Amino acid sequence: MDLSLSPEQQEIRKLVRDFAEREVKPRAEAIDQSGEFPRDLVDKAAKLGLLGILVSEDYEGAGLDHLSFAIFVEEVARFCASTAVILDVHTSVGSEPIVLFGTEDQKRRWLPDLARGRKLAAFALTEPEAGSDAAHLKTTATRRDGGYVLSGSKIFITNAGEADLYVVLATTRPGSGAEGITAFLVGADNAGLKVGPKFKKMGLNGSPIAELHLDQCHVDEADRLGGEGQGFRIAMRALDSGRIGISAQAVGLAQGALDDAVAYAKERKQFSKPIAELQTIQNKVADMAVKIRAARWMTWKAAALCDAGQPFTKEASMAKLFATDAAMEITLDALQVFGGYGYLEDYPMARRVRDAKACQIYEGTNQVQRIVIARELVQA
Amino acid sequence: MDFALNEEQQQIREMVHDICLERVEPRAAEIDESGQFPWDIKDLFAKHDILAIPFTPEYGGVSGSALTLIVAVEEISKFCVTSSLILSVQSLGSLPIWLAGTEEQKRQYLPPLARGEQLAAYALTEPGSGSDAGGMRTRAIKRGNTYVINGSKTFITGGSVADTIVVFARTDEDGDSPARKISAFIVEKGMPGFKVGKLEKKLGIRGSPTAQLFFEDLAVPAANRLGDEGEGFKLAMRVLDHSRPGIAAQALGIAEGAFDLARRYARDRRQFGKPIMEFQAIQFMLADMATQIEAARALTYASGDALDRRLPDISASSSMAKLFASDTAMRVTTDAVQILGGYGYLRDFPAERMMRDAKITQIYEGTNEIQRLVIARELLKEKE
Repeated sequence: MDLSLSPEQQEIRKLVRDFAEREVKPRAEAIDQSGEFPRDLVDKAAKLGLLGILVSEDYEGAGLDHLSFAIFVEEVARFCASTAVILDVHTSVGSEPIVLFGTEDQKRRWLPDLARGRKLAAFALTEPEAGSDAAHLKTTATRRDGGYVLSGSKIFITNAGEADLYVVLATTRPGSGAEGITAFLVGADNAGLKVGPKFKKMGLNGSPIAELHLDQCHVDEADRLGGEGQGFRIAMRALDSGRIGISAQAVGLAQGALDDAVAYAKERKQFSKPIAELQTIQNKVADMAVKIRAARWMTWKAAALCDAGQPFTKEASMAKLFATDAAMEITLDALQVFGGYGYLEDYPMARRVRDAKACQIYEGTNQVQRIVIARELVQA
Repeated sequence: MDFALNEEQQQIREMVHDICLERVEPRAAEIDESGQFPWDIKDLFAKHDILAIPFTPEYGGVSGSALTLIVAVEEISKFCVTSSLILSVQSLGSLPIWLAGTEEQKRQYLPPLARGEQLAAYALTEPGSGSDAGGMRTRAIKRGNTYVINGSKTFITGGSVADTIVVFARTDEDGDSPARKISAFIVEKGMPGFKVGKLEKKLGIRGSPTAQLFFEDLAVPAANRLGDEGEGFKLAMRVLDHSRPGIAAQALGIAEGAFDLARRYARDRRQFGKPIMEFQAIQFMLADMATQIEAARALTYASGDALDRRLPDISASSSMAKLFASDTAMRVTTDAVQILGGYGYLRDFPAERMMRDAKITQIYEGTNEIQRLVIARELLKEKE
């Protein structure tokens, strides 16, 4: 057992922590209030090479591991969960399917631009009627003229409207469930792809989500990712490591909330002493700290297993479930430490509560995580 | 970063597992029912060098690694918590000697403990001082080359079977001084004035004797003092930093044992024409139990690793592991009883025993309320 970060991982941690404190922190409130897409932060992260963290150096990426990826997402999420999820989706479910399953041509065509941040990626699996039950998606891919025509609708697509590339899952054999699903790389400039209006939502205001409409959307055979019928496996593999990112996002949200709560509790005086000296506050911060540390170890363990080429589906689902539930509880508790001030949008506590809720829902609801875990338990 | 156990730890885990499966599990219900200390298990552990795990080879041990000890305690606790306490208390009672003893004290006391010829105990708690350990009343007064100790201790695990007991007592003149005036002494059970009082009847860990100890003009040679006078309180706290991961390991093992039982039962038990494992209500309970266990395991192993690597924040990491793992053990064992339904409530199945045993892990070696204070103190201290 070696639970220390490598010198390289420590370097990354320093780099992204500095980036998060210097660039992300001062922008977080404005991003939330205006709902603007933080293109400036994406560009700045790109300059530091952070958008290609999981892309090998052969394709102009940083060639780092999933543990470094988790550290990156956590540090950004400490201050701005919107920016964290934009970068997370681009890096993991947006780009990683090409890293893992792309042909040499597909890699050459997309990865350098994605790694450099010249282009942004998104992942389109969910449909209005296929959420948790993703295998029963309805978007079809029909062979025509040496390529395919995609037809259908996607919903809840993070980075929609900002992305240059969509990894789209469609069925090439309607009615055959998971076995008919195939993945495609669809450029945002495809005439058959239309992005719907941005949804208004509870939180993550800087991270756009919208519907995609695929209507007579032609793609070449060369844009098929993997073989016909391999799409579901590609999607599940993408989501496995995507969940490492969501876990890390939740850990960052929770850590940011705890840091603020501790600082506030030391300053805020009631009953003529700092409330940090009251046991009820001490109990809260202790429980918060324990859950954060457990969540971080679980996230890092899933990442380390992934990096070692070992199975990590169960661990990633457990990390996602635990870390996101912890983030919800912790952001609520941290708000409570702030009392009435916590309820005001002048402080980041209310925003963190709104942002944390999404973590329990996307990339597989926590109910789906339990199904994944239970399935692994049955097989064990 | 690598979360895998090393080869030595894996071997010890397998060895302990096999022995416990064959010899301990069949005895667990009996030990609980009779409330008798399982001398046969103690001899078994001594014979297989399991009691030597907490000790380094120079003092007759086989390891000395905190993480290795965690793995062994966890494994035993899956089958019988009372039996795991034989190893845990051997470690707890010898830790003060290992941490603060002179070379001579270590050479004299540690090897017989490592061989399992003798048993150790740790005597800190008193009737009037539990969480507030600094408020103890037992007093040691120096007379020439000896200390004369008077007072009593309570809740002493293994106190009635131990040969070597580390006793904490005040060495100040007036009893109102703060914790700074506490000192530690190695007491042998044969010393005149050392008396064992009644054994407590308890909710769980029934085969592990919990004793009251009485000291009536107990004369202890000055050479048996551990560290300097007045250093005892600090030593007691350091010992707990080192021992709490062991309680976390116990709790982790209980939770794992209960989870395995519940999972096996859920596969076999059929209702409404199919195994109850196929119902989401049961699946989700099992998924939550497994996830909580995974979290507890991460914190527990990390606390052992922190001790082995001598990291600076061991107070916080040990307390976090103890707090989280013991709360997990309580929840998971309660859920396991629930999954077994009416059968879970019967003595015929081990689920209810596991639930009774789990409760103590939230209480001893610092209640979980004390753990939260320790953690909060470390958190609030940071960045000042």
